[in-house]
Amino acid sequence: MTDMHVEAVAGIVDRVVARYRRDPTCMVQILREVQEACDWIPPEAIDRMQVTLGVPRTKIEGVAGFYSFFYTQPRGKYRILFSDNITDRMQGNLALMERLCNNLWIEPGKVSEDGLVSVDKTSCTGMCDQGPAMLVNNRAVTRLTAARIDEIAELVRNKTSLAEWPADYFKVEDNIRKPDIMLSSQMQPGDALRAARERVPSDGLMSSNMRSWREGLPSGLGGPAAMLDEIKRANLRGRGGAGFTTGLKWEACRNAPLKAGHQRFVVCNADEGEPGTFKDRVLLTSYADLVFEGMTVAAYVIGARRGFLYLRGEYRHLLEPLNAVLERRRKENLLGPNIIGIPGGDFDIEIHLGAGAYICGEESALIESLEGKRGTPRNRPPFPVTNGYLDQPTIVNNVETFAAASLIALNGGEWYAAIGTKHSAGTKILSVSGDCERPGLYEYPFGVSIRQVLEDCGASDTQAVQVSGPSGFCVAPDEFDRTIGFEDIPTAGAFTIFNNTRDMFEVARNYVHFFQHESCGFCTPCRVGTSLLKNLMDKLHNGCGSPYDFAEIEKLNQLLQSMSHCGLGHTACNPVLDTIAKFRPAYEKHMVQQDFAPAFDLDRALAAARQMTGRDDAAAHIIKEEFGEDA
Amino acid sequence: MSQTFTLDGKSIPFEDGQTIMQAATKAGVFIPHLCYHPEFKPHGSCKLCTVKANGRQTASCTMRAMAGMVVESETEEINAERRALTQMLFVEGNHFCPSCEKSGHCQLQATAYHLGMMSPHFDHFFPNRAVDASHPEVLLDFNRCILCSLCVRASRDVDGKNVFALSGRGIKTHLIVNAKSGKLSDTDFSLADKAAQVCPVGVILTKRKGFAVPIGERSYDKQPIGETVEGR
Repeated sequence: MTDMHVEAVAGIVDRVVARYRRDPTCMVQILREVQEACDWIPPEAIDRMQVTLGVPRTKIEGVAGFYSFFYTQPRGKYRILFSDNITDRMQGNLALMERLCNNLWIEPGKVSEDGLVSVDKTSCTGMCDQGPAMLVNNRAVTRLTAARIDEIAELVRNKTSLAEWPADYFKVEDNIRKPDIMLSSQMQPGDALRAARERVPSDGLMSSNMRSWREGLPSGLGGPAAMLDEIKRANLRGRGGAGFTTGLKWEACRNAPLKAGHQRFVVCNADEGEPGTFKDRVLLTSYADLVFEGMTVAAYVIGARRGFLYLRGEYRHLLEPLNAVLERRRKENLLGPNIIGIPGGDFDIEIHLGAGAYICGEESALIESLEGKRGTPRNRPPFPVTNGYLDQPTIVNNVETFAAASLIALNGGEWYAAIGTKHSAGTKILSVSGDCERPGLYEYPFGVSIRQVLEDCGASDTQAVQVSGPSGFCVAPDEFDRTIGFEDIPTAGAFTIFNNTRDMFEVARNYVHFFQHESCGFCTPCRVGTSLLKNLMDKLHNGCGSPYDFAEIEKLNQLLQSMSHCGLGHTACNPVLDTIAKFRPAYEKHMVQQDFAPAFDLDRALAAARQMTGRDDAAAHIIKEEFGEDA
Repeated sequence: MSQTFTLDGKSIPFEDGQTIMQAATKAGVFIPHLCYHPEFKPHGSCKLCTVKANGRQTASCTMRAMAGMVVESETEEINAERRALTQMLFVEGNHFCPSCEKSGHCQLQATAYHLGMMSPHFDHFFPNRAVDASHPEVLLDFNRCILCSLCVRASRDVDGKNVFALSGRGIKTHLIVNAKSGKLSDTDFSLADKAAQVCPVGVILTKRKGFAVPIGERSYDKQPIGETVEGR
């Protein structure tokens, strides 16, 4: 690199670092912006960050190396990533990727010789209702077809800047099919906040409540406490999947002692990474006020002055629109100082973008990432409500939870609790995709049956539904009368449908590959176990599976469940165990060997030699290829 | 100090704030571990020290002891899982004990013996990892790294140098050193650093000392790892 380049890179780094106030806790944002300007993170940029941020190189490289979307090697001017969820697979993403690679004369995973473009796969990008999808320099492109792929190849070859690509490529539809209380909400910005404030029992208590917000101290009575009571009365449970009672979480944070100089934080988890879910994308596209207002209500309850929206990197296209909403809310006096005229009612929200790490959906990993670190889940206890962001009391809630909090502030807890079932109050938005006529968002009161959802979305000949994504449940037809709710099948929102033409073994294998790719690598059982599991599933796929491998899969599952550090490891075997239990014939088809057979296959091992010599004739094979190409 | 919990039926006294591991070690009871080191903040990543506390499996190095807690450690079930974790560590890296100069001093090897590991069981990954011989006094053989991060913690928390860190993710997680070249010789690492002393396996090796102590007379040749705990 010439001196001029070094200077240019340093200039970029200085600009970005200055905008983030030289704050190393913004490392992930700084790296993202440097990469957006430089196309990768060159060593010269790390040199400069080391100086301007005052952190060791190891720390910067450690963070940059953790996230899939950060590149410490050049990846081209155009970095194309095909979403590789099972729904993308079903819509033919692999053939499209091959087509693009052939068109551009490159190999998947590699950079073209002229350094112009790279093509690879990535985990589900949250466009399952309008796939197959890809990311180009982290901008979502939806509804890919062979024709669109050919056009993209042409645009790349002609070095057309992304800004000049047809706008239609980047169009992301909401696809709202069945709205209920949330998706049909007409809340005007500020309504919920005003309603929350009006929950103050009497004017005499107002001053203590104002102090509460300003000083981050919970007052015993009045506004914030009254609002908290409504949340509790509503029986609201977290929408991220675990279903923890929101009121209890907020109360614990509100009551957590503050050390000198500390404050409370509200964090919205928009790291919607579970394959098959995309409801948060829609909420943030068309209902952002509902979400931000819910965060502000939470801030009012717990006495927080700062909030973060942690937005997954795949939703980069939402950053500017969301920042515009925040700016408008500041102008409307719904964020910033003295919100809706409450003296000392100060709260503001910053958006942090993720960079391709599913694990950051786990709340303590998310907080680590917010602090500019590798997204490794923390040892718990202590929990974030007492020791969260920068070791200070923090609530982390799902996007949909905050939106529901707005509705509760507006309409009251009793109204909300009357919707749904006894232990699952309110509604749940399902992200429906896969084999059905009308994929998109369906909002139901809790208690809806799987069968009802299938009927509404026009699914027929259904073999299975994966509820709540790979870490959730695989439901077979004899269970279609089971219901969505914490009493029966809890869900974070994904609802992926498979008809009878699908190979459920391949579904499970896709999910296992996902977990292997997304394991953070911190603990031994998950880091190594997910790789061993992936290898075993590939072994079955390659026709070398035997009952021995079955037993191995079950043993690994036991180990992952009991020894893993966090939920990723605990659930990584779910798709396999569920499909083994319910779709065993799909496995038996792949369990060709009666006795143990090695995974090693000499003919497959010679593939590299065949590629190098450009041969694929019969004589270049050891035995006849019986089981198709390795994926 | 009247509080106690039971560990495999034995009453173990503990002080407020002590972890199960700390209290057990003080009482002279060995719990297998690799990433735990009494001088550093518990990390909880290797999971070898997993025990069943009140019926729930948890890492004993990070779990605080509580009065009346019932802890199981030396059960066939838990040891079988520990053995599987050890096997995972063996196949993940490139561990060839007979040709490794750390043999006999190696905690991974000693733990494998302790747990009765008779084979690696799983298919080897045979990762392609480099060796860094750039430093005049110390050799880094990344093939044997088990990602315990003890050197990371020692360099950061004791030496104040940040010579080591983990980068990458998942199965691609790896140890890096604090130099643009990636070479140890370009860092301020020195043999006197705490980080030079803490590697439980054979990654950080002092040059020209490899066989100063002959095989057969090494730490774990004389005393199996399970007997190395001394009550204090």
